[in-house]
Amino acid sequence: MADRILPARLRALLGAAAITALLAGCASDGGAKPATASSKAGPGAGKGFTHDPYPSTYKPYPGVPTLVTHVTIFDGEGGRIDNGAVLFADGKIVELGQSVAAPAGATVIDGTGKTLTPGIIDIHSHLGDYPSPGVQANSDGNEATGPITADVWAEHSVWPQDPGFSRALVNGGVTTLQILPGSANLMGGRSVVIKNVYARTEQGMKFPGAPYGLKMACGENPKRVYGSKGREPSTRMGNIAVDRQTWARAAEYKRKWDKYEKDGGEIPGRDIAMDTLAGVLSGEILVQNHCYRADEMAIVMDMAKEFGYHVSAFHHAVEAYKIADLLKENGTCAAVWADWWGFKMESYDAIGENLALLQKNGACAMIHSDDANGIQRLNQEVAKALAAGRHAGIDISDAVAWEWLTYNPAKALGIADKTGSLKPGKMADVVLWNGNPFSVYTRPEKVWIDGALLYDANDPKRRPVSDFELGQPGAGDTK
Amino acid sequence: MKRLLLLSAAFLAAPAAAQSVAITNARLVIGDGSAPIEGGTVIVRDGRVVAAGKAVAVPAGIATVDAGGRWVTPGIVAGFTRMGIVEVDGVDETNDAGARTSPFHAAIDIAPAVNPATSSIPLNRAEGVTRAIVAPDNAGSIFAGQGAVIDLGADRSPITKARAFQFMEYGEGGARAAGGSRPAALIAFRNAIAQARDYARDPAHYADQGKDALLTRADAEALVPVVNGRMPLLVHVERAADMLALIELKRDFPALKLVFVGAGEGWMVARELAAAHVPVIASALADLPESFDQLGATQSNVGRMKAAGVLVGIGTINDDEARQARREKQYAGNLVALTKLPGATGLDWNAAFAAITSAPAEAIGLGDEIGSLKAGRRGDVVIWDGDPLELGTAVAAVYIDGIKQPLRTRQDALRERYMVPQEGALPKAYER
Repeated sequence: MADRILPARLRALLGAAAITALLAGCASDGGAKPATASSKAGPGAGKGFTHDPYPSTYKPYPGVPTLVTHVTIFDGEGGRIDNGAVLFADGKIVELGQSVAAPAGATVIDGTGKTLTPGIIDIHSHLGDYPSPGVQANSDGNEATGPITADVWAEHSVWPQDPGFSRALVNGGVTTLQILPGSANLMGGRSVVIKNVYARTEQGMKFPGAPYGLKMACGENPKRVYGSKGREPSTRMGNIAVDRQTWARAAEYKRKWDKYEKDGGEIPGRDIAMDTLAGVLSGEILVQNHCYRADEMAIVMDMAKEFGYHVSAFHHAVEAYKIADLLKENGTCAAVWADWWGFKMESYDAIGENLALLQKNGACAMIHSDDANGIQRLNQEVAKALAAGRHAGIDISDAVAWEWLTYNPAKALGIADKTGSLKPGKMADVVLWNGNPFSVYTRPEKVWIDGALLYDANDPKRRPVSDFELGQPGAGDTK
Repeated sequence: MKRLLLLSAAFLAAPAAAQSVAITNARLVIGDGSAPIEGGTVIVRDGRVVAAGKAVAVPAGIATVDAGGRWVTPGIVAGFTRMGIVEVDGVDETNDAGARTSPFHAAIDIAPAVNPATSSIPLNRAEGVTRAIVAPDNAGSIFAGQGAVIDLGADRSPITKARAFQFMEYGEGGARAAGGSRPAALIAFRNAIAQARDYARDPAHYADQGKDALLTRADAEALVPVVNGRMPLLVHVERAADMLALIELKRDFPALKLVFVGAGEGWMVARELAAAHVPVIASALADLPESFDQLGATQSNVGRMKAAGVLVGIGTINDDEARQARREKQYAGNLVALTKLPGATGLDWNAAFAAITSAPAEAIGLGDEIGSLKAGRRGDVVIWDGDPLELGTAVAAVYIDGIKQPLRTRQDALRERYMVPQEGALPKAYER
């Protein structure tokens, strides 16, 4: 079920960083944000249109002050405490250290032999827009009717009853994920970042304050989809040509709106696609770019400079290791798999040491799934990548490798100030593992989101069952 | 009839250049579900295991390798793959798994298409996979054709057994291939079996209906060993009710040697599977209702079937099966992890390892040949630097038919070239 636009036959076959110095490569700090006129107040400022017409209605569920003691802690920013303690309350991390005093009324959990980490963040998921069951009626991830569909928003496709969310929570310890449109199109539409908490509406899952992403794609998919329809793009050069033409239009659109906001006058016409692209050019929306090959990533980074935007992360960047230096220089992250390889031509040069080589060469790196099964084992994917690196002589500690699962994706999503590491004041998105999470024999034991206990392996009632599964064979079973 | 017998007789190719080796001082795993033996020895002579265990003396004149207490096991038998017949899935020219417009189906024999130079072979070999069950993909019929068992040795003769089984799609995939429904798939099956029997009765007078045939002459011929039980019939099926319907077929065709592949809802009919002696090559971790055939999917499926007495191995079914058999080790490890999860059923370590070695071999009737280190089996032995199911473990040495194998891959060369990404005094293309 990988790489959401493989031909049907292939789809069936597949079924998916201490550190401040090293992290300097990461995208979130907005260093590359282009200057924009829209920030200057003028007669038209704020009169145009709302930028948040479908706001988050997510509210954290209630939790109790919780102290986990005698536990191994990976703090998500490269730090490790053995036999330590973490306290969280009111949905936030309060304190962590070698020992922390239990406030009155706190639930105290003995974490002996266990590991506590920030909740895993998957920057690349199609849960909800390619849900289970994978029937055509539910297939809502690719608006493959034109190469530029920057007008579509993934959140308008996300089905909040996808059973996959529950598997990602209970087997994967995933607390935050970015749902993207597919990669049939050069500009596939807006992504949405959600908390992994079932809700009646997608807005009830939506991560408060997370920036939107724009899904872009290079390479084989757009040129195959549109080339087979006899239209541009049918080549890689066609891909870039259509992208550039579109960015040129977006720049013009943005100029009109900036002028209106500054000077007032006749309100410019709205174009829903151009709203998104102008949002990218103003730095409000982050570019999440599907791109496998090193040479194409290099071109895309120059295209971004040409039009004044920044690529937050390349996804499926199987050849990122070949240009770790360029990625570092551009402050662009690479989101990769551990061992996916060879299923299409542009994945042919994938190697198991991709993450380790990126880390070694100072680039910002992270794991991602793109897969409803892979998302259940991202910790194991990192374990494989870490082992591959160590066998090649690249020594990276377990605690630093945990950044590939939480802090680096949080940075590339623009939410690192809110989640992704166990820093006091951040969201208490926390997983207690029943052993070393880089061992195949370890599973999540408890998962908290904003301090609320939403999974407990020892309590069958703390196991979500989506509407779709209710009353079906195996509802409420361990999955 | 003579020709028929020749065709259906087991064809077991002999290794090209068999070798002998004794591996001593091992944490020795036999692969049959028994516990590891500390300080064990395995002796391979002329390509076959002659002895393995604790008190095994090393015969004079045989090359000896001291494993230094490391894990030594049979090689992994990849339970269901398309290894060796696909280079790049998305590049059709390199993909021999299925033939959309061919008039032939059951008669397709995948063996001659297996290319030992396929890059998935050295890669999986370097990760301890020594044999693979290779199935064709169906297209235009419920019957996909005849699969093979291969070895992953670095030589030109990959076939362990050609025409080792027939592969068939049932459930949603079979219904689609048969024209749109399960009953259509079942009648296609019954009709094919009837025609195969006609053919077997009198091959010379089998009516050749040309393009009007529902089953070509070659297809009818290929199904004869299936009808008479000399060739296992592997059937991809996920839904519990479908498994019962297929077991029901054995009433009419008692010789059928059914093996279920996938079997996502197998736990719901585990007693029936055990009673009917139908082995299963399962997807280990499929736990999503990816289709309405898999509503009951759970990672406990394998453990629950095994507990009910079903012979269960692990395969990669619609799961990167052309290239990622190496993940079966991880999958097996995950089944061990389930034993600590309240309400779940997993496998103990010994059973989990058997599920990726002896169990798939036994499921297709080759348990006497591959999948364990019992005397008489092929000398497929792996030395590991740790627990073979654990994520950080690497392979130290691989022997196939007693021959020590090279472990270098194309990926190794790429990694070495880009250890430092910048170009040096000459372009990267000169670094090798």
